[in-house]
Amino acid sequence: MSEPLTSNVRSHIVGTTAVVYASDYLNKLTGERIERECKKQLDSGCRTLVIDFSDTGIVNSIAVSILLGIIDIAEKREARVVFSDVNDQTIQLFEMLGVIKHVVLAKDEQEALNLFTPPTQTQAMSH
Amino acid sequence: MESNTQKLIHSFSALADLGQEIADSGDFIEMVRTSLHLLLGTIGIRRGAVVECLIHREETNTLALWGLGEDYQATLTVHEEDRAAFLGLTEGALRIDADVEGDEQPLSAFLSRHRDELRAQEIELVVPTVVRGAVTGLVLLGRKATDEPFTSEDIEVIRAMVRHIGVGIHTHRLLGEIKQRAEENERLYQDLRAIYRDTVRAFAAAIDVKDTYTQGHSERVGKYSEIIAQEMGWGENEVEGIAIAGYLHDIGKLAVERKIINAPYRIDAKESSELNRHPAAGFDILSPIHHPYADIPLMAKYHHERLDGRGYPDGLTDTQIPIGAKIVSLADSFDAMTTDRPYKTRRAFDSVIHDLRANTGKQFDVQVVAAFCRALLKELTGETKERKFLKMLGKNYLDAEKDAPLLRELLNELDPNTQAAAAVG
Repeated sequence: MSEPLTSNVRSHIVGTTAVVYASDYLNKLTGERIERECKKQLDSGCRTLVIDFSDTGIVNSIAVSILLGIIDIAEKREARVVFSDVNDQTIQLFEMLGVIKHVVLAKDEQEALNLFTPPTQTQAMSH
Repeated sequence: MESNTQKLIHSFSALADLGQEIADSGDFIEMVRTSLHLLLGTIGIRRGAVVECLIHREETNTLALWGLGEDYQATLTVHEEDRAAFLGLTEGALRIDADVEGDEQPLSAFLSRHRDELRAQEIELVVPTVVRGAVTGLVLLGRKATDEPFTSEDIEVIRAMVRHIGVGIHTHRLLGEIKQRAEENERLYQDLRAIYRDTVRAFAAAIDVKDTYTQGHSERVGKYSEIIAQEMGWGENEVEGIAIAGYLHDIGKLAVERKIINAPYRIDAKESSELNRHPAAGFDILSPIHHPYADIPLMAKYHHERLDGRGYPDGLTDTQIPIGAKIVSLADSFDAMTTDRPYKTRRAFDSVIHDLRANTGKQFDVQVVAAFCRALLKELTGETKERKFLKMLGKNYLDAEKDAPLLRELLNELDPNTQAAAAVG
């Protein structure tokens, strides 16, 4: 199921952590949307970006480059990047290309939030 | 899946995407930017840039960059000897921090100029884009996200992708050159058209100089013809063509004796026959010339033909006469009626209207007369700000209050349903 061209990226904030949801096929178009959303969240003061891949089946080369760019921007702003719920094939790709070296991997969104958010806040969060 | 196989599939898929991007993209800069992304994402490189080498210059121009400082503009210069050295690179790529240093290092001059700038941007690899044996640009690549050195396999993939980017840059340049040449051709064409028009005007003046009493006649016929054709909805090019035909319609008079043209009396039958040769003579003069507009010789030849078949030189009837010749015919007659001649002064406008009414359908085409009347009426009523008729006829010749109703009346007679209504908008 493709995201309509005009749709925005789904995201929400928990404390200073922004959770941004990647689409089913991560390419130039959807990658740039995520990039814009991540920049916006960093600009508004988020210190941790969780990019959730639970819907993502395929990540192409351009999207890898965009993700590396997001990591770069986050590093420059001393923010952390967590990838959650990444499928095995994408993990292999990220390992092969060194993306994994620059992010924290989490089993799912909840685990990602638990890494950096006090328990009381994550429990209050609804998703 | 085995790592090497996965890498191969990933690279192959990226190459396919890159080919499509270069072939499909209409936006050159976006194409380069996307190609750079594809390259970076295929190998897992965190930053990079594409610069083009300017033609016949040493400077470069940054086309796309990613992961470098936002304000970074590459200030690289590529000299002639650098280009040759880039072409001779064994690996096809230049490693900025290779062990070989000094004069042993390929491109030592290039590196001594730019190593600091490239290191500051964490660039590790410079790959030339080469098309048809010429360096068209450079792709600058930072370190791999794995922090491992570039392998020879990496460089093979990078070179394959950079070749694609080079083709994209080359194609863009070719298109730019074609566009530039097309614009130059268009300018040359317009210059030639202007020269042609000026030459035609000079001819028209030469024709009119021969006729002491009708100075400016050819130019006026050209302008009246243009006005009529515009009113009939002709295209710009066709209108220009009919104006030219008007300018040249009497060119055959150059072949007629001056004393007949300038006779201050009604000429006799023999002289008239000699004068009547001028349309056919005009056709003979104009036919060998390759005019940029259609049928100019025919318009000159048939501008004295009549719908009722009583005209000359061929006695053609209505549908046999080209529409352009019908327009020139009316323009010619109108100017003859409204200018002083050796043997008579010009006629009052109501007399001209009377003549048009009497001869429409016999001498003049109804649609042409109607278009003429509409155009003139638009000037008289101020519907158009143009003052073409008034300039040619003199400001005291027409009287809007008196003459506009005459035109409306004639238009209604020609086509009571539409003409007058069309004329008043």
